[in-house]
Amino acid sequence: MTALIDLLDRLIGVIGLPEFLHYVVLTSIKIVLVLVPLIIAVAYFTYAERKIIGYIQNRLGPNRVGWYGLLQPFADTLKMLLKEIVVPSNASPFLFFLAPLLSLMAAFAVWAVVPFSENFVIADIDAGLLYVLALTSMGVYGVIIAGWASNSKYAFLGAMRSAAQIVAYEIAMGFALVGVLMAGGSLNLSAIVLAQEGTSVLGWFVWPLFPLFMVYFISGLAETNRAPFDVAEGESEIVAGFHVEYSGIAFGLFFLAEYANMILITALTVIFFFGGWMSPFAGIPGLDGTFIGQSSFFWMAIKMAFFMFCFLWARATFPRYRYDQIMRLGWKVFLPVTIVWIAVEGVMVAAQIGPWAA
Amino acid sequence: MVTTLLFYAFASVLIIAAVGVIASKNPVHSALFLVLAFFESAMLWLLMEAEFLAVVLVLVYVGAVMVLFLFVVMMLDINVERMRDGYTRYLPLGLVVALVVILEIGHVIWYRSQNLPFLTVPEPNPEGYSNTRELGSVLYTEYVYAFELASVVLLLAIVAAITLTMRKRPGLKVQDVAKQVAVNRDDRVRLVKDDAGTETET
Amino acid sequence: MPDFTPAAAEIFLIGAICVVLLVDVFLTDEQRRLTFRLAILSIVGAAACSSYFAATESVTGFSGSIVADPMSDLLKMFAYLVVALVFLYSRDYLVRAGLFKGEFFILGLFGLLGIVVMISANSMLTLYLGLEILSLSLYALVAFNRNSATAAESAMKYFVLGAIASGTLLYGISMLYGVTGTIRLDELAAYFTTTATLDVPAMLGLAFVIVGVAFKFGAVPFHMWLPDVYEGAPAPVTLFIGSAPKIAAFALAWRVLVEALGGLHDSWQDMIALLSVLSLAIGNVVAIAQTNLKRMLAYSTISHVGFILMGFVAGTDTGLASAMFYTVTYALTSAAAFGMIILLSRKGFEAERLEDFKGLNERSPWFAFMMLIVMFSMAGVPPFVGFYAKLVVLESVIDAGMLWLAIAGVAFAVIGAFYYLRVVWYMYFDQPAENEVALDADLDLRVVLSANVLALLALGLFPGGLLDLCSRVLS
Repeated sequence: MTALIDLLDRLIGVIGLPEFLHYVVLTSIKIVLVLVPLIIAVAYFTYAERKIIGYIQNRLGPNRVGWYGLLQPFADTLKMLLKEIVVPSNASPFLFFLAPLLSLMAAFAVWAVVPFSENFVIADIDAGLLYVLALTSMGVYGVIIAGWASNSKYAFLGAMRSAAQIVAYEIAMGFALVGVLMAGGSLNLSAIVLAQEGTSVLGWFVWPLFPLFMVYFISGLAETNRAPFDVAEGESEIVAGFHVEYSGIAFGLFFLAEYANMILITALTVIFFFGGWMSPFAGIPGLDGTFIGQSSFFWMAIKMAFFMFCFLWARATFPRYRYDQIMRLGWKVFLPVTIVWIAVEGVMVAAQIGPWAA
Repeated sequence: MVTTLLFYAFASVLIIAAVGVIASKNPVHSALFLVLAFFESAMLWLLMEAEFLAVVLVLVYVGAVMVLFLFVVMMLDINVERMRDGYTRYLPLGLVVALVVILEIGHVIWYRSQNLPFLTVPEPNPEGYSNTRELGSVLYTEYVYAFELASVVLLLAIVAAITLTMRKRPGLKVQDVAKQVAVNRDDRVRLVKDDAGTETET
Repeated sequence: MPDFTPAAAEIFLIGAICVVLLVDVFLTDEQRRLTFRLAILSIVGAAACSSYFAATESVTGFSGSIVADPMSDLLKMFAYLVVALVFLYSRDYLVRAGLFKGEFFILGLFGLLGIVVMISANSMLTLYLGLEILSLSLYALVAFNRNSATAAESAMKYFVLGAIASGTLLYGISMLYGVTGTIRLDELAAYFTTTATLDVPAMLGLAFVIVGVAFKFGAVPFHMWLPDVYEGAPAPVTLFIGSAPKIAAFALAWRVLVEALGGLHDSWQDMIALLSVLSLAIGNVVAIAQTNLKRMLAYSTISHVGFILMGFVAGTDTGLASAMFYTVTYALTSAAAFGMIILLSRKGFEAERLEDFKGLNERSPWFAFMMLIVMFSMAGVPPFVGFYAKLVVLESVIDAGMLWLAIAGVAFAVIGAFYYLRVVWYMYFDQPAENEVALDADLDLRVVLSANVLALLALGLFPGGLLDLCSRVLS
């Protein structure tokens, strides 16, 4: 990956652009390098979702389009692109179209600071963790505006539910990240991963921060409005929630944003708690130096795939929470747990126990 | 050069958004313009290398405060026509106040640029300078007292809000999760010996 | 590690508040008295902290955020005393009115914390935060009786006006910061003693700060909230607002005007003099027209604020000492006056109309006599403490060469005497209404209230000690 970037750097250098434009072009190429695989990943994540849930429920899942249904995502995309976008009467047209774009913007922009390997990250900024928090909190606007601009009661109810839920869980999530920040000693995501570099798996933050990891991952489920926290969509009550009035590719954009967010949560979970691109087999004699023992993007992808599977697993397994139970879990369970654990962590830092032993 | 360009871009959007807040007819649009204004001011702070403040502005105001604000505004049934009644009536007064404020601010800026030598364009921060770290280190040393007091204000605000709003309604059904979790099989299931063909007592 | 001793009382108080808050959550309504006892205990503990760590000289702490000096210790002691009195007087009323909740005492303790923080602030930031803590708890306390629409309305009024005043104060502070580059009071003082000329931005900042201070005092023309809040709030809350925050307002004015901006005395003297005369005039004249005792006392507060501000106008050491003397004695007098209202109130009935005091002499000669002392003291009749307080303030103003102010003060005090004496007239020379019942207050309330009132007499007879103390701690 690094070699590729270097090569591109030199290639663009041949043209002899001014420094600023050179930077813009190079960064644009990096963005494309991140976003295109991301969109493809989203497409196949939907395919995986249908297949996996299908197998869990003793069904086959999509198997008509292409070999084993492998072309199904493309068929779906094509269908959505060709469908008409219906704007409800008395809707606010500008906001109606702004909403999916806002969702997508927030979902994509966060990827700028996500490091995929030691040298590949679009923007290696110092306040990366804060940036992640700020941008994920922006995502709620897409939902709220969509619900309001649709001029529909179902959509509005869904938007209210989802916005309240997102705001509530963001707090627990933020507190969980405070713990990571204390452990990593930096707000820079690459630095957080590097802080977990140890002799073995035991250096990963998931061990000292286990409660925070649980809170973070479950909050991630809630934050993305996934089952079992998907009352915002609540098919049985309010049809589909905030995007009930959207059709065609406008709906497709929400879909894309939602799945991109899910993948983002898995990426962040891996970065914060599971050593990012570190190999789990590092430090095992005999494996050092081989591909398995080496840190690389491969390991990051494997770990992300595992957590993506967990997302689907949770959806297939758990019944939906009631709305007040969701709020209770967020405010009365997760919030105290994170605060207590931050206090515990503070004591551990002061007493130099665990990874903080200097 | 690029920074200057960005500054003017952000600043002009900020002003447009600020005007939009007061000029738009629909309160929801006003609130959304306010969100945009916050976002643009955060961008301006970023240009001034105050990245912590910028991100926290987005996180707190855009991400939380304005969301709740929008909640309320969206659910209120506001009569827009009546709200605009006083607009022209109060406009002259508003303009006067605005003018006075502008003059005052201008005066203070002018004053500082005249009399005090320390007002110059600040040097760009060196590489590796972390705004967050610097802020943290003064917040927890020099301003720790004020910082803790601010937390007391927040605690007080919580207590006050709960005092004024919480009432125990009689007959409220409450779910006690701990009790639900602690339930044993024996509490819920009773095995009854059922002799087929004979009557059983239940 | 900073030195915690200058803030010992504050730290103890916030810890105690947290304990009371937590304990109160687990109490049933029958055990609620424990909250009350703990609250009193917290105040006693804070007082013990203050006296144990009493400062002999001015010590700053927390990088100059706070200052511990003899003046702050003395003011804090009075604040503890007054708030403890408030709690004691309030208890029975709250029980009878069905308002006996832990939050009253918790919010009260928060208010006390705000007062204490303001008293020993050494930076505009600390001062402002203390003010916010005090104001926020007062807003909540005014609306404490949720079933009362007038309480909610007056709380709303108080909140909106208070927020504007806080904004004004902050705006002024920011301007002063723009000019001087500091928010620490000692550094501000140093700046303004070296810089003799006062320019327009600093002048504007000063004006805004004074507006903020005047609002918190309730000085005319920033007094609009006061009568409504006094009338709308439940009696114990009026008692609280009418007494302890005056000490905080004095501290606020002293820290800002004298300590930080003392170098600008010539600039603010006229502004304060104007506030003082207006407060005396409006307060005394409008009070005559009131039939509601709480409202009357609100206007009387405004007029007393005029006297306190007179000490600042004089600006001399004796002037400030007399203003401090006036403040603390007024806080005690006010506590006694509202204590009397509470004493006469019963379930579902607030003894807040003047008519309710008719013929009190026949129902309870002792408490009629007590009320007589309070009213005489407020009116400034010798030998009670109100007389002496007015006397020293007027003396200091005359010494400062502002005879016209002193004459105005005396003239309005004479006008004001009318409505205080009217209360006395009602008590002694009017027949009680027919459905009056005997007083049924608890013994401890009676004893403490009597002691409070007798203290007014004692201080009036022997004012020297407290006055000496005031001038000693200020120098």
